[in-house]
Amino acid sequence: MSDREPVVALRQVIKRYGNFTAVEPMDLNVEPGAFVTLLGPSGCGKTTTLRMVAGLAAPSGGDILIKGSRVNEVPIHKRNLGIVFQNYALFPHKNIFDNVAFGLKYRKVPKAEIAERVARALELVQLPQMADRFPNQLSGGQQQRIALARAIVVEPDVLLLDEPLSALDANLREDMRVELKKIQHQLGITTIFVTHDQSEALAMSDKIVVMNKGRIEQEGSPEEVYARPRSEFVARFLGNSNLLDGTITAHNGSSLSVEVGGLGQVEADANGAAVPQDGQPVRLVVRAEKLHLSTEPSGEPGATRMNGRVDTVDYQGQAARYFVTVGAHSLQVINPIDSRPFAEGAEVCVHVRPRDIVLLTPEA
Amino acid sequence: MNIFSSWSLIRAFTVLVYLFMFLPVAVVILLAFNANQFGSFPMEGVSFRWFIELWHNDAIVRAFKTSMLLGALTAVISATLGVLASLALVRYDFRAKSLITTALIAPILVPEVVLAVALLLFLRWLEMPKSFPLLLLGHVIFTLPFVVLIVQARLVAVRREFEEAALSLGANAFHTFREVTLPLIMPAVFAGIIFAFTISFDDVTGTLFWKPGGVETVPTQIFAMLRNSISPEINALGAVMVVITVAVPLLGVAIARRMAAALR
Repeated sequence: MSDREPVVALRQVIKRYGNFTAVEPMDLNVEPGAFVTLLGPSGCGKTTTLRMVAGLAAPSGGDILIKGSRVNEVPIHKRNLGIVFQNYALFPHKNIFDNVAFGLKYRKVPKAEIAERVARALELVQLPQMADRFPNQLSGGQQQRIALARAIVVEPDVLLLDEPLSALDANLREDMRVELKKIQHQLGITTIFVTHDQSEALAMSDKIVVMNKGRIEQEGSPEEVYARPRSEFVARFLGNSNLLDGTITAHNGSSLSVEVGGLGQVEADANGAAVPQDGQPVRLVVRAEKLHLSTEPSGEPGATRMNGRVDTVDYQGQAARYFVTVGAHSLQVINPIDSRPFAEGAEVCVHVRPRDIVLLTPEA
Repeated sequence: MNIFSSWSLIRAFTVLVYLFMFLPVAVVILLAFNANQFGSFPMEGVSFRWFIELWHNDAIVRAFKTSMLLGALTAVISATLGVLASLALVRYDFRAKSLITTALIAPILVPEVVLAVALLLFLRWLEMPKSFPLLLLGHVIFTLPFVVLIVQARLVAVRREFEEAALSLGANAFHTFREVTLPLIMPAVFAGIIFAFTISFDDVTGTLFWKPGGVETVPTQIFAMLRNSISPEINALGAVMVVITVAVPLLGVAIARRMAAALR
């Protein structure tokens, strides 16, 4: 990225609760204007990390920097943050105007300016007529927008979103996802987003930080993390993957032949990764949608072709997920449906391009 | 025995229990309006003269003022301490928390006489004379548990996120309490105040032990008057007491409910 100073920086930040380490020493940079997502299963330390940035939890070690200065000892109300909570946390006894104006009151903003900025914030979240209502008169989605307005109206240095969409129902969640991203982009506000939902993370982020057991597994753009997982955990957590263990039998430049037990020879491409020696054990990740099924052998030259039989069909409308038995393996395949899905028990040809296979080398 | 007859038996018994409990109270209120000097049936005309005489009886008016002041101060002090204690017990972790909880709640588990004697002996041991502040202290001790229990229950239901949101928006701990926490627990605080006032207002046992000489509250005044004769004034005073101790909590509950509904 650029050489601009990160808005939020974590330097070897660690969090322990007694003997339990919730966050292992962690380094993270959040660039100005970036939308960074902490993604992981529950208990992976993502929320703890967010709470440390917010000042709601004190790190056991390391430094947290906001705009270049260390904030470990700065109490939350002096950090100039905006936080959106999972269950909105709108003050039930205050109307929408007073909710949104709350942060401005403590920033000694003159009354007339408060009214103006609240109106602009409500405009931004498309709820300009709601100022006199109370939170319990609003729907969940509207409350979420007000919570967002309340957080951004103070022009915080960083916006912290703690699973803000998970309390909404599925349709609304997708609309809010688009809108949240739009508003974030429009304001250019630096954002840290915590979620366990991979599709939210992929759709919204500039950078995804995948966490597991208090550690960063991988960080990178959504494309990088999805297409080039660097660990088995990332491969399994994002999307549907097949993991195959094999041994390298031959290599020529970056193209490799891997012998996978119970499956046969698979052609792969190292894609710029360091090529291990022949005879080395490797693990291959094949995304379910990168395996193609056909009745006749086809696919581009150099692709690996295997014969299999469809075991289970999971019809999903525009696509279908198949479990295909190939040799001793059951492979997950997701293919768009062309006229009609393959039937259970159908004999098919499975093919995959070398460059669609990701190499995981056992950890050094 | 068939179901019908067994149920009607229970029903009849229930009615009798209620009659036993409330008939004396009804009689007192009824006789308060009796025109006759001697409280007996049949009543001979309706009159407010006993209420008027109450108003002209200095001892009773003084006792009434004392009770009001004592009740009000008890309520305010208990509510303040109770809110602070509840905040500590619900929002913070510290050593000996369960011990402190037990100690705070204990006064309602210990028989009042025991508590009264204990405090009295304690004051003797400290060689402190009885005084109004000490009477007040006694009342605070046994009304505090009610406030703590009510406010604690409410505070547990107020999610921490409200306070965290206020803090994140730039309010310090005090502003957060004043602007967010207190309004959200206000129905419970209000109910606690009403409880404390009512309990203090009609307490006899503790007050008899703790009150300094010459100071009378309404209940102890009635107690003292009963020793001499059964004046119809007592009926009138009793009626006033019943109205206050029933009406204040009812009113309080109604207000607390409206406040809670507004917060939902």
